Amino acid sequence: MSENVLEVRQLKKYFSLPRSSGGSVRAVDGVDLTIGQGEVVGLVGESGSGKSTVGKCIVRLLEPTEGTIRLHGRDITTASRRQLRGVRTEMQMVFQDPYSTLNPRMTIGDIVAEPMQLHRLARGRELDTKVAGLLDKVGLASHLRHRYPHELSGGQRQRAGLARSLSVEPSLLVADEPVSALDVSVQAAVLNLLMDLQRDMGFSCLFIGHDLATVEFLCDRVAVMYLGRIVEEVNTTDLFRAPKHPYTQSLLSAAVVPDPKLQRTRQRIVLQGDIPSPINPPTGCTFHTRCPVAQLPLCSDTSPTLTDVTGRSHLASCHLITADGTAPDVTLSQTTENAWSKT
Amino acid sequence: MTPRLAVKDLSVRFGTDEGEILAVDRMSFSVEPGEVLALVGESGCGKSVTAMSVLRLLPSIASVSGSILLDDTELTTLSAAEMREVRGRDISMIFQEPMTSLNPSFTIGFQIGEVLRRHEGMSRRQARERAIELLELVRMPAPRSRVDEYPHQLSGGMRQRVMIAMAVACSPKVLIADEPTTALDVTIQAQILDILRDLRERVGTSIVLITHDLGVVADIADRVEVMYAGHKVESGPVDDLFENPQHPYTVGLLGAVPRPDLAGGIQVRLQEIPGLVPVLRSEPEACVFAPRCLRATTECREAMPPLELLQPRQHAACFHPGSRVADYSEGVSA
Repeated sequence: MSENVLEVRQLKKYFSLPRSSGGSVRAVDGVDLTIGQGEVVGLVGESGSGKSTVGKCIVRLLEPTEGTIRLHGRDITTASRRQLRGVRTEMQMVFQDPYSTLNPRMTIGDIVAEPMQLHRLARGRELDTKVAGLLDKVGLASHLRHRYPHELSGGQRQRAGLARSLSVEPSLLVADEPVSALDVSVQAAVLNLLMDLQRDMGFSCLFIGHDLATVEFLCDRVAVMYLGRIVEEVNTTDLFRAPKHPYTQSLLSAAVVPDPKLQRTRQRIVLQGDIPSPINPPTGCTFHTRCPVAQLPLCSDTSPTLTDVTGRSHLASCHLITADGTAPDVTLSQTTENAWSKT
Repeated sequence: MTPRLAVKDLSVRFGTDEGEILAVDRMSFSVEPGEVLALVGESGCGKSVTAMSVLRLLPSIASVSGSILLDDTELTTLSAAEMREVRGRDISMIFQEPMTSLNPSFTIGFQIGEVLRRHEGMSRRQARERAIELLELVRMPAPRSRVDEYPHQLSGGMRQRVMIAMAVACSPKVLIADEPTTALDVTIQAQILDILRDLRERVGTSIVLITHDLGVVADIADRVEVMYAGHKVESGPVDDLFENPQHPYTVGLLGAVPRPDLAGGIQVRLQEIPGLVPVLRSEPEACVFAPRCLRATTECREAMPPLELLQPRQHAACFHPGSRVADYSEGVSA
């Protein structure tokens, strides 16, 4: 086993609230995450689960409140801005919105060249060749290098963003919902591209997303987040075939499949309510307020720990998973509540 | 059965500084009572414009032609005052952005009640009580206290529930839902789809669902109309269309969605549809999809394929129909 590219230990990020209310938003509340060489790890969860905050802390766009982040074994949690410069050639980020992440006053060619200039990786003719090569690699026609971002479509902009991030040949790419803003057919093209680039260049990738099919398509391993914590983490096959945590089971059953016959015969669990506020998260297991199988007071009193439940690196944090790895089946608990009968 | 809503030969043109744009071209569709019809396509295909023109909500730069029949009423010739009676009572709409379609300076109870006071002549007190019932109906937690809250105090999912409560307040005959779950998380999406399903079953409301999410279509729609560049390119019952799509655009859309559950754990490349949806300036003389279509032949570039019945209930506008995925990706361009 080669050394890990990224090691995150007990990462916490609290945002303090304005004076009067005191308190803080516990966006990330103790996350451990490891990414190996060339591994693609998915981080999924609903909005407000803290998945983007984890990504931003890793690339140090946000200052972690607690915990350590190691890149190739080197602690970068408190690295200064100057020290971070060197680190940035090792890790790069791709953002969700291809409209606001490219400087509108620079041409595509300049945007892609800028990281290499800043890090003094290439200049002059060499830089020119590299930019041309990168544009070609991400499937952008060479004449587009003289264009401005507003002249490009969403898919082309996302390709330009990828070319910029990959220009410094990072060993870790943090991709925060890179295809969520794109149309289906464009999404397919960008996902194919990301898969090809990863295979050719061999970088490790943290893929943050909410679309489960996309994550399943792209990732080797998946971590599921709920209210700032990882509740389940395992290789992609096991997560989708045999999810253990009731939240993962619910999430998977709520996702829609583009196949009418399958979709209409699937066992569905519809979670009630919204994700609770991270300002005042529920006690015990934070999922107990929405969990269809929660056993009170056990689940509301004690917080479960993330442990290997099968002995095959299948991590889950739930009191109800037994020692032999048997998980509670949330589909059995479903009560068919009917809102219309009330009127 | 007579359709509840019948749209015939609807064309929408926008006069812009750069000349005329043809957003919807001779689009026809109908919805039966209690039916869920999905209008599917990518951004710029004319789905939302079609919906807006049914409710006559388009700006004045749009010129609309064709016929829109709600039961026996021709909507296109109604006066503005008559149209106001139809909106919210007979046909209502849910918009994609629940954040921007609620008025930030009124409570949600007031906004839901407004529909009832306007159309049903209810008093403020009656309207407030009914608003609470409606909030319960859309499964809003703690409706009695939420009714006096303002939109900014609610989450995205709750705001969408308020939008639905407003839209169904008068038990409309037709509900137009424009990407009702696009901005929401999957667990909330499942709740909203359940509410729409209930509404259809209990009230018999016909639903026109506009979406690009084929999973949502598979979940709730009875029939599907696929739109491309302002044109209907394929239509049919949801099962047939998903199982045996005929138009290469439909085939492409279905192939573009990751389906790892089918691949048996093997990574398969997704279908790509190269190119972009074109902006039409005038009525096209050739197939609108031909420039992006790998099946396209000379015939496709010279004539517009008519919408033909290919399967018992399935229509497609294509000279080379068929559900073959392989030849689409391999390319058979002549």
